[in-house]
Amino acid sequence: MRIIIVGCGKVGRTIAEQLSEENHDIAVIDPNGVAIHDVTNNFDVMGVVGNGASYNVQMEAGIENADILVAVTGSDELNLLCCLIAKKAGDCSTIARVRNPMYNKEINFIKEELGLSMTINPEFAAATEISRVLRFPSAIKIDTFAKGKVELLEFIINEDSMLHDISVADVTKKVKSDVLICAVKRGDEVVIPNGSFMLKENDVVSIVASPLNSGSFFRQIGVQTHQVHNAMIVGGGTIAYYLSEILLAMGIDVTIIEKDRERCEQLSELLPNAVIINGDATNQDILIEEGIEHCESFVSLTGIDEGNIFLSLFARNRSKAKIVTKINRISFDDIIHTFNLGSLICPKFITAEYIVRYVRAMQNTIGSNVETLYRIADSDAEALEFKIRENTPLVGIPLEELSLKDHLLIACVSRNRKIIIPNGKTQIAVGDTVIVVTTQKGLQDIKDILKK
Amino acid sequence: MNYSIIRYILGWVLTLESIFMLLPCVVAVIYQESAGYSFLIVALICFVLGTLIIRKKPKNQVYFAREGFVTVALSWIVMSFFGALPFVINGDIPNVINALFEVISGFTTTGASILTDVEALNRCSLFWRSFTHWIGGMGVFVFLLAILPMAGGYNMHLMRAESPGPSVGKLVPRVKDTAKILYLIYIVMTVIEIILLLAAGMPVFDSFTTAFGTAGTGGFGVKNSSMADYSAQIQWIVTIFMILFGVNFNAYYILLGRHKGNVFKMEELRWYFGIIAVSIGIITFNISGMFENIFTSLRHSAFQVASIITTTGFATTDFDQWPQLSKTLLVILMFIGACAGSTGGGIKVSRIVILFKTVKQEMGYFVHPRSVKVIKMDDKALDKDTVRSVSAFLVTYVIIFGVSMTILAFDNLDMTSNFTAIAATFNNIGPGLELVGPTGNFSMFSPLAKCVLMFDMLAGRLELYPVLLLFTPSVWKRK
Repeated sequence: MRIIIVGCGKVGRTIAEQLSEENHDIAVIDPNGVAIHDVTNNFDVMGVVGNGASYNVQMEAGIENADILVAVTGSDELNLLCCLIAKKAGDCSTIARVRNPMYNKEINFIKEELGLSMTINPEFAAATEISRVLRFPSAIKIDTFAKGKVELLEFIINEDSMLHDISVADVTKKVKSDVLICAVKRGDEVVIPNGSFMLKENDVVSIVASPLNSGSFFRQIGVQTHQVHNAMIVGGGTIAYYLSEILLAMGIDVTIIEKDRERCEQLSELLPNAVIINGDATNQDILIEEGIEHCESFVSLTGIDEGNIFLSLFARNRSKAKIVTKINRISFDDIIHTFNLGSLICPKFITAEYIVRYVRAMQNTIGSNVETLYRIADSDAEALEFKIRENTPLVGIPLEELSLKDHLLIACVSRNRKIIIPNGKTQIAVGDTVIVVTTQKGLQDIKDILKK
Repeated sequence: MNYSIIRYILGWVLTLESIFMLLPCVVAVIYQESAGYSFLIVALICFVLGTLIIRKKPKNQVYFAREGFVTVALSWIVMSFFGALPFVINGDIPNVINALFEVISGFTTTGASILTDVEALNRCSLFWRSFTHWIGGMGVFVFLLAILPMAGGYNMHLMRAESPGPSVGKLVPRVKDTAKILYLIYIVMTVIEIILLLAAGMPVFDSFTTAFGTAGTGGFGVKNSSMADYSAQIQWIVTIFMILFGVNFNAYYILLGRHKGNVFKMEELRWYFGIIAVSIGIITFNISGMFENIFTSLRHSAFQVASIITTTGFATTDFDQWPQLSKTLLVILMFIGACAGSTGGGIKVSRIVILFKTVKQEMGYFVHPRSVKVIKMDDKALDKDTVRSVSAFLVTYVIIFGVSMTILAFDNLDMTSNFTAIAATFNNIGPGLELVGPTGNFSMFSPLAKCVLMFDMLAGRLELYPVLLLFTPSVWKRK
């Protein structure tokens, strides 16, 4: 695919590197000649020096034939303008990094009205990643799709699991959680189960769930998730705010330690259920006073990498907590890994990773009406995302009345950025995004999921 | 220095050369010449050596501008060495230095010859001589990059070292695709010229070799009289194609409608055609007394101007006999050279334009000492690095020129011959004035002088720095 990347910072560079290695034609735009020089010298990409929001500059980078424009400059407004112009100039898909929480609240409107394919908020993405680390042990594999909104969790049924030898329909009855079993891998075969499908020991089960529900699902079926019950967060920045919101919603107690008094007040206003401590976390007494020795997870999110590393080292010494360390500059990542700091989170890399994943998903859909296509369950099944337009035959009919093809399942419906895990009564409306999980390859259109 | 990658790429160059060398073998078969064996032998040697070298892929495929420059310069030397062997083996040019001179002159698209009687050569040797022009014109690395199974942005270092011009850019995001597009344009234009020459009644062998010479802006003819004996029609075709091959190839890509831009607004092209038109006008007028009518003098002046500015070096007449004004103009054209990104040599029109703008800027500073003026080209501000490197290029150019002049002076030939001999080789043109004029050749120089001229040809073709880097000790240090 032909991809234009505006902004040659760390994120733009990482994306350019990965995608050019995957044989995409990349053009990068940046007003800084040195940055462009650096990227074109190291990767097989074309560089254009100039303002990415300029029509002429975009034309020079080949916007007319481009498939995707990715705007990852430091400024939200510039990113949005780049996408807007690209949309008019080249009719391509556009991806913008938008990090201002203010815009983030209105992101749906912005996305719809400006015709963006994807927006990514690095802080929110980082917070989601961290919450995932805190929620699940490594035995549960997590994949995200539908631009990170939906999680696909993969786990193995062991002998003492309550899912052993019961049918899929009974699972839904027994467990009061909104989750959907969408694929089961038994041996080498992948099955899209219907209600009467019996689950057996050693089955690898994939479930679709929103982040809130998956935790309670695992608790109910008796899988030890080692989910933490409290979290100590040092540094009260934007990531801390998003993370606290996610954790609180899952019933995890949150303590935030922040130096700045005013920021503390803001946070306590935004997060009434969190404990906000005003103090300098580099003071060991404060950490001990707040019970670092007994906390189950410790997340260092200050703006200073070195500070984060030391905080995490201290936490590792004093407690048995799960540790997450945020690092902004990963120039010495192999050294940092030897410190055993738990999970390292680098927001810029996560951003780049999300975008690359989305581009891959888009690439799979060339020539069809599929929005994105993700390969799941070791590539034996596909999760396809369709946008429901006017005149789609499925609209307004309860799902149980639709005659769908075999080995196919509507796994989730996204309506106004809310995730609905469908049941038989669910109806699809125009404007929804539907995710279909299937082992039948080659679906071209949402109509194809119906029996002929 | 990543020595293993240099070795690996050299292996590829050798393999490629062995394949190229099969063509003169085919020619030898057609004309039933036994001399063809020499090419077959050398092709085999190159192939065996090359494949042996590339069998071991380097572990570390990371390399930088330094390695790129050194690889390109080394490859050109290695290529010239093996390219010269067949001449020595089949006895067409028994002297090793002479054979090397001839082949370097071929690969660098100079067209300066040490041969007194070209027509005495075997056909296959003549073909190889002209074909080296074609390979050297667009560049062996541009070809290699189009087929080399090596991914990565590092390959741009190779392309940058070989392609002429102050700033080498890409037409499309991938180096490989850029190289393919360039060669496609190159091949198509060469084929068109061959067809036109055939249609104009040129013998088959002559049309091929002439087209190769024009395409690479080389200038080796297959006749002692260069282009003088061909019909006026053929001379016009060659004139037009020489000018076309001296144009920046980006222009053709834009003309194909694949890239945004307006060819007519490319500043370099406007200057290029402007200089050509003015020179032709002045010279036609200046030499009009020497020919029977104005059309003949127009044809000769157009041919010579095109031949010199594009650094091809064909001749339809002995311009050494022309009036002083015309000769001086031609010598100036030698230095200007063709467009950047073309197959031609010389300083390049774009560099000249940038230099003139620098001078204008400097003058401006005297009038308004506090004025701020950015040098623009094609309506875009040039970054300071480009401007600086153009000035540095000119300084380096003058230094090499001066040193070469001094060494050549040992031969005790006249000043004009010495000066134009260096101008003609350094700018990759071919013929100069006086002893090295269109009817003369380079055979009277001493071996030392020939070596200096060979160095000049390589330095001129690769735009100085790759060759100079070879002689910089710090480059060779292991890091």
